[in-house]
Amino acid sequence: MQDSLKMSAEDLNFYYGNFQALHGINLEFYENQVTALIGPSGCGKSTLLRCLNRMNDLISYSRVEGKVFLDDEEIYDPDVDVVALRRHVGMVFQKPNPFPKTIFENVAYGLRVNGIKDKSFLAERVETSLKQAALWDEVKERLHDSALGLSGGQQQRLCIARAMAVEPEVLLMDEPASALDPLATQKIEELIHDLKKRYTIIIVTHNMQQAARVSDITAFFYLGEIIEVDKTETLFTRPKLEQTSDYITGRFG
Amino acid sequence: MKKHLQRELEKVKKRILSLGAMAEESVRMAIQAFETKDGDLAMKIIESDRELNEAEVEMEEECLKILALHQPFAIDLRFINAVIKINNDLERVGDEAVNIAERVANIAGKPPVEVPFEYSVMAEKSEAMLRSSLDALVNLDADLAYKVCLLDDEVDEINRDIYDKIKEVIRRQPERVGYLINLLLISRHLERIADHATNIAEEVIYMVEGEIPRHRNDIFKPDDA
Repeated sequence: MQDSLKMSAEDLNFYYGNFQALHGINLEFYENQVTALIGPSGCGKSTLLRCLNRMNDLISYSRVEGKVFLDDEEIYDPDVDVVALRRHVGMVFQKPNPFPKTIFENVAYGLRVNGIKDKSFLAERVETSLKQAALWDEVKERLHDSALGLSGGQQQRLCIARAMAVEPEVLLMDEPASALDPLATQKIEELIHDLKKRYTIIIVTHNMQQAARVSDITAFFYLGEIIEVDKTETLFTRPKLEQTSDYITGRFG
Repeated sequence: MKKHLQRELEKVKKRILSLGAMAEESVRMAIQAFETKDGDLAMKIIESDRELNEAEVEMEEECLKILALHQPFAIDLRFINAVIKINNDLERVGDEAVNIAERVANIAGKPPVEVPFEYSVMAEKSEAMLRSSLDALVNLDADLAYKVCLLDDEVDEINRDIYDKIKEVIRRQPERVGYLINLLLISRHLERIADHATNIAEEVIYMVEGEIPRHRNDIFKPDDA
């Protein structure tokens, strides 16, 4: 289904100690759409991304105000099981970070953590996830080799497969292609395009062209605030605010 | 990297303006050749068109290079898009000046036919539209560009008027039909120059405002001007 609301942030403030990193963020994320978060370093885009699956909980002196909804559920509600939340909201990081295990075990990891032992089910999920991540054909003959022997681009697709194995609904991507060569980047971008048919995708990127290519909606952040949100094609051809224009055309500062 | 792009865009701006000046000069000379029925000047215009054509090709290559190397966004992207189109219009303006020159070469030295019509008014309007559209480009002046769009209707009206008057004269002097068709075509070419000026103005409006004004009748009402 198109245009159905999957996640939203409402009046979200975030603090690292005394430093306020996010100011009153209101943003909606829709199913089957890719939302890109752009802005200069330190603008809060990665902080917001990490708020969406409570990765920031790991930082002891941090504090959250406001609400984040996944469907109808408020994810900062004390009753929420954070591990379950992260199964619904998966994450892929900037640098590929496979575990020092086999390709198979990397993808099966999340399922095993969730207590699944059925071998045929595991094998099936691993195969499906690797296919979804467009990696299956390259690794099907060596599933039990170490994941560390894969190229950077393959490792990143492996991490995407690992994130998808637990069948999340939302996929958070923090500069997923910034450490990859152009060909591997292209594969990741094509993958994002395919994956949005099944997932809600939120991507942080410093690469403006990448944001323009892969996303449907783009939000421009500056100093912890959302400056402008619009359809990607509109934001990159005729942004409404001068600040946005200055940033995307490189006239910033 | 981005400063590099700004330098490239400045170069493009200078270049499109010099192309505009060349096209303007061709039109000015064509009108002069027509008013003085100067066959030599007409030949000079025809020969000089090659220079404008070469400049147009270079300009387009420059724009493609910038798109490929810098992948500009927002105002920069709209600027390059506008320049590519304006470049094309200016080249066509040059062609229309050549067309006028060819008509002038045809009628130069032949006994003139009296047509109850003042061509200079039309020529002045077309020339002024071209000049204003280029001024609007230099100064990113959407208001001036809107005025150019409005003037186009006046030139169209004059062109229709000339058509009627020439038809009348052909009836009275059918033996001079060849000469009169040349006059009619000159009017048509001047009207086309005004059309290209309008296109340029529309590109300037898009560049400045981000909305494509073509085929939108509502914005050209005098109230808004």
